[in-house]
Amino acid sequence: MRVVVAQHAPSLRERLKDAAAVACVALLLGVPMIGLTTVDQGGALHVATRWPVLAIFVTLCFIGRLLARFGLDRLQLRRRSRPAAVSALRGTGALTAWVGWSCLGVALALPVIFSDNRYVVDTATTVLIYVMLGWGLNVVVGLAGLLNLGYAAFYAVGAYAYALLSTQFGWGFWQALPVAGAFAAGFGLLLGWPTLRLRGDYLAIVTLGFGEITRVILINWTDLSNGPNGIASIPRPTFFGLPFKPDGDTPTFASFFGIEFSPLHRIIFLYYLILALAMLTNLFVSRLRKLPVGRAWEAIREDEIACQALGINVTNVKLSAFAISAMLGGCAGVFFAARQGFISPESFTFNESAIVLAIVVLGGTGSQLGVVLASLVLVLLPELGRDFADYRMLLFGAAMILIMIWRPGGILAKREPTLRYRALSRDGGGP
Amino acid sequence: MALALQQLINGLTLGAVYGLIAIGYTMVYGIIGMINFAHGDIYMVSAFIAVTGFTLLAALGVSSVPLALLVVLVVSVLFTSVYGWAVERTAYRPLRGSTRLAPLISAIGMSIFLQNMVQLTQGARVKPIAPVLIGGFDLLTIDDFTVHLAYSQVLIILVTVALMLAFTFVINRTSFGRQQRACEQDRTMTALLGIDVDRTISFTFMLGAMLAAVAGVLVTVYYGVVDFYIGFVVGIKAFTAAVFGGIGSLPGAMLGAILNGLIEAFWVAYLPPEYKDVATFAILILVLMFRPSGLLGRPEVEKV
Repeated sequence: MRVVVAQHAPSLRERLKDAAAVACVALLLGVPMIGLTTVDQGGALHVATRWPVLAIFVTLCFIGRLLARFGLDRLQLRRRSRPAAVSALRGTGALTAWVGWSCLGVALALPVIFSDNRYVVDTATTVLIYVMLGWGLNVVVGLAGLLNLGYAAFYAVGAYAYALLSTQFGWGFWQALPVAGAFAAGFGLLLGWPTLRLRGDYLAIVTLGFGEITRVILINWTDLSNGPNGIASIPRPTFFGLPFKPDGDTPTFASFFGIEFSPLHRIIFLYYLILALAMLTNLFVSRLRKLPVGRAWEAIREDEIACQALGINVTNVKLSAFAISAMLGGCAGVFFAARQGFISPESFTFNESAIVLAIVVLGGTGSQLGVVLASLVLVLLPELGRDFADYRMLLFGAAMILIMIWRPGGILAKREPTLRYRALSRDGGGP
Repeated sequence: MALALQQLINGLTLGAVYGLIAIGYTMVYGIIGMINFAHGDIYMVSAFIAVTGFTLLAALGVSSVPLALLVVLVVSVLFTSVYGWAVERTAYRPLRGSTRLAPLISAIGMSIFLQNMVQLTQGARVKPIAPVLIGGFDLLTIDDFTVHLAYSQVLIILVTVALMLAFTFVINRTSFGRQQRACEQDRTMTALLGIDVDRTISFTFMLGAMLAAVAGVLVTVYYGVVDFYIGFVVGIKAFTAAVFGGIGSLPGAMLGAILNGLIEAFWVAYLPPEYKDVATFAILILVLMFRPSGLLGRPEVEKV
């Protein structure tokens, strides 16, 4: 419901009135939370007041609203006086590809440039884990258009599968990776099967419930998962059988290549490992999109009834999306367990599912590059905010709202059509 | 037998609290079709306002319990409804008419924001308040087990029933209720008939926040402890209740909430209590398998 905005610029009086209204609301919101608080004194609560802080808060809201309104109006005026943006339609596909390739280039070069900075490589590894999770969830949310609020469950299944297989049965990383992935895919089928009749938000709550069930079971089934204490000393991945250790009976990575041992070797190896896994995921998903099943996912997203009418087996198509998404999440979980060396149910809360979903939606549902940009934003934002650690989650929440309002379709809102007429007629296949 | 009766009382109390919150979810879903993830945190904000209110009144020397309850209820409802309004205005209204997922993400962001705001301004520790309403009735004793009905439980059930009656009246009989139901059916048509849709949606959010505020105050009286994380768990339970009963349906939300409360109470009494959340969700999934639009929800008819 969009109302046509009045064309005249608001007068100063109107602006002041508007800002005063905002300040009034800020005062009402602030009194019970900022103005008053309770402090524990000798076992009993006492009320403490913080009126000066409240006054500062209200003043800031007043000035902030005044400036923001002013800036937004100027922006709108400028935008309106400009001719319609035709250029935006031209050549974005090439630009996306260019940005994508340069991102990959930077990612490949990063450990070389920052080879002595453990923190940078570690953070980049975290970003890549989220990229992989985002690409995995994108299959269900972005392509098939089904909402999944319990993605952390599959992540947890993969992580615990690797942790148990390695600590109990001595399996290696590479042996466990496909098994854990298949296991997670099985869980995806288990969840998908009863929920396929549901649509929209019923599906959302069921997936959320499934995520919570998984977490509660992991906390309480102590015989299997060691409960809230988690599983520790999970073996780290090896470089084709060469462990990353200072020295040992068998040849280590450092002794085999005749270089001096450095703890950074493993970190850089883990970084390249997740980069390879993520790129494999990307390749896998973008190939799947060109297969009939991938086309069917996107068709179901657009119109389920039309798909049924065309004879597509909606059940199987949805199940395949769930299973493949779960498998990718499980593989990311295996890497997570191998990297941390310790996992506990704490790492797989609803917050994790929400962050991955936020990455997919903020990036622009269905956009592969958008996922990368959104994970960069969402992982780096709290990292950059470490200096004011108390406020970082507050700012994180606010940033989620602001980005959504700024670009409701996601950072890369343009939905790439997978089928292009010209490309189709030229070589008979997809681009 | 006595234990079952006791759990029936406890379950109904819990169900009443869930019901007050579930109505907020189901109303918002009915009118704009989004899951308001921040609703549980609105309830949490209200519980904190109640803690401050009770402490302040005790410091001022108000010793009359009914007076204290009334004052805190009114103050908390007023302030919390402003929160409900502000949440809708800042995070959801700019996204009206965009994709279905955008307001959901914005709601999750708002939930994170509210939780951390309360943690920052009110502290991360659990806040216990001095008991407000002590005592109760001993109903009957069987084999040394006394069935106890606390005054606070009576209060919760009475207030919930009264509010439900008032609420049903508002929705069915008043002009706001008619506007609200009209917006639920067709927003464009309602706007064409000269009804301010934005204002109706704002009121819906405020009404939902008011009911959640009452739930927050009642829970503070009942349990006596509050922390910044309570909104998440209770919010999810209440949302489950709304889906259970058929989202968009008001009697359904109440029914689902009472069933949820009873399931939880009886599970805790007879089965391993650690798994009570598993039970709630497992039963929800089972119900949805056989009735895909909830217990009282109307099946969606989709036209091409």
